[in-house]
Amino acid sequence: MWRDALVVGGKDLRIEMRSRVATNQVAPFAVVVLVLFAFALDPDRGILERTSAGLFWVAVLLSSLLAVQRSFAIESADGARDGLRLSGLDPAGIFLGKAGAVAVQLVALELLLGAGIVVLYDTHLRGPLLLVATAVLATVGLAAAGTIYGVVAAGLRVRETLLPLLLLPVVAPVLLAATRAWEAALAGDPGEGWPWLRVLAVFAVVYGAFGVLAFGPLLEES
Amino acid sequence: MSRALGVVAAGAVALTVVLGLFVTPPDVVQGELVRLIYLHPPIAWVMYVAFAVTALASALYLLPNTRSRMWDLVAGASAEIGVVFCALALATGSIWGRPTWGVWWTWDARLTTTALLLALFLGYLALRRVPADIATRSKRSAVAALVAFADVPLVHMSVKWWRTLHQEPTVLRPDPQIHGSQAWTMLLGFLAMTLLYAWLLVHRFRVEQLEEQLEVEGLDRALADRHAEVPA
Repeated sequence: MWRDALVVGGKDLRIEMRSRVATNQVAPFAVVVLVLFAFALDPDRGILERTSAGLFWVAVLLSSLLAVQRSFAIESADGARDGLRLSGLDPAGIFLGKAGAVAVQLVALELLLGAGIVVLYDTHLRGPLLLVATAVLATVGLAAAGTIYGVVAAGLRVRETLLPLLLLPVVAPVLLAATRAWEAALAGDPGEGWPWLRVLAVFAVVYGAFGVLAFGPLLEES
Repeated sequence: MSRALGVVAAGAVALTVVLGLFVTPPDVVQGELVRLIYLHPPIAWVMYVAFAVTALASALYLLPNTRSRMWDLVAGASAEIGVVFCALALATGSIWGRPTWGVWWTWDARLTTTALLLALFLGYLALRRVPADIATRSKRSAVAALVAFADVPLVHMSVKWWRTLHQEPTVLRPDPQIHGSQAWTMLLGFLAMTLLYAWLLVHRFRVEQLEEQLEVEGLDRALADRHAEVPA
């Protein structure tokens, strides 16, 4: 299972490296979102700095939609989906591989967005341990839930509009918990933030396990 | 059978209305507003029952041993009723919240959870309406229903830590804060709404069955009819 995951994840990341869709489209999109927040909120009153945790995670959430859509768009061309099913790879491995590739891209995006809120919103990064732990758990949860819904919506004619409606309400707890944890860390009060990691951990475990179990039945149809 | 169920449900609803609006006394603190208690908690209860039935039916559909078209249709029918009752629960809660809390909406834990629940299952219903092969759609819908249902405790936990303003439970606690005719009327409300749910479920299920039949046979029938029209 883990070996198959590495194969699939490596394949997805290589495609992204070569096609550069993630770097040329998804990453700039994330930065544009950060800039739009500055237009919507008054940048001079310190609102951006106080709300930077929430804005950061909203930007991550919106970008994760693109990453998930992209992850299944590359399987739709040239019958790649059938190839994946014919390959004899363990469906659980395929799930872990695709989710892992999405997670790696999200981590890269989060680094970029983190730099973005420091530069654009004048945010001071405090409590690095809590920030990183939150980001890791939240990313795993987002990638797992995103990959499940990505395959649910894959190949349907309405997938572009359906995926956000399906995914965004489900990942609401991630947004809530990650934002609260980051707020606590940035405010220099990490003690308030650590309990929220439990929500993120439970979310990551539930959807990780769910994906491992459900990916087989989802792939074998159609 | 379903007609009898319908009559009993209608009777129970009518009796709840009579008892709730005319027979029971107004509350000492809340006045006439208390009458929403005969409606709002039972509606919320049916919402949870409906979504639980959807999740259960979806799980039964996904398990190879119990896979049957019936479970998929039950899941869809129940989710639809659940969404309607979810919207009703939000609406009745809002009507109560405006005079009591002074606002139509507040970011209270249960309100927020319920609103997200509505969004989750609206997404599920949208997925069920997607034009696709029936078996594909059913399987994906079943997974989506379970994903959404598994999210409910997570949403609840996170939102509850975030903020809490909602009334603490009135009935389900060691010393219930409700007595006499009010308690009985509320109990009747629960019964009436549950019967209503059962009746709606039966009918929605039948309609779904017919819809599916139409989807499968519709074109063949239409073609056959058209061929019959053309003189040989």
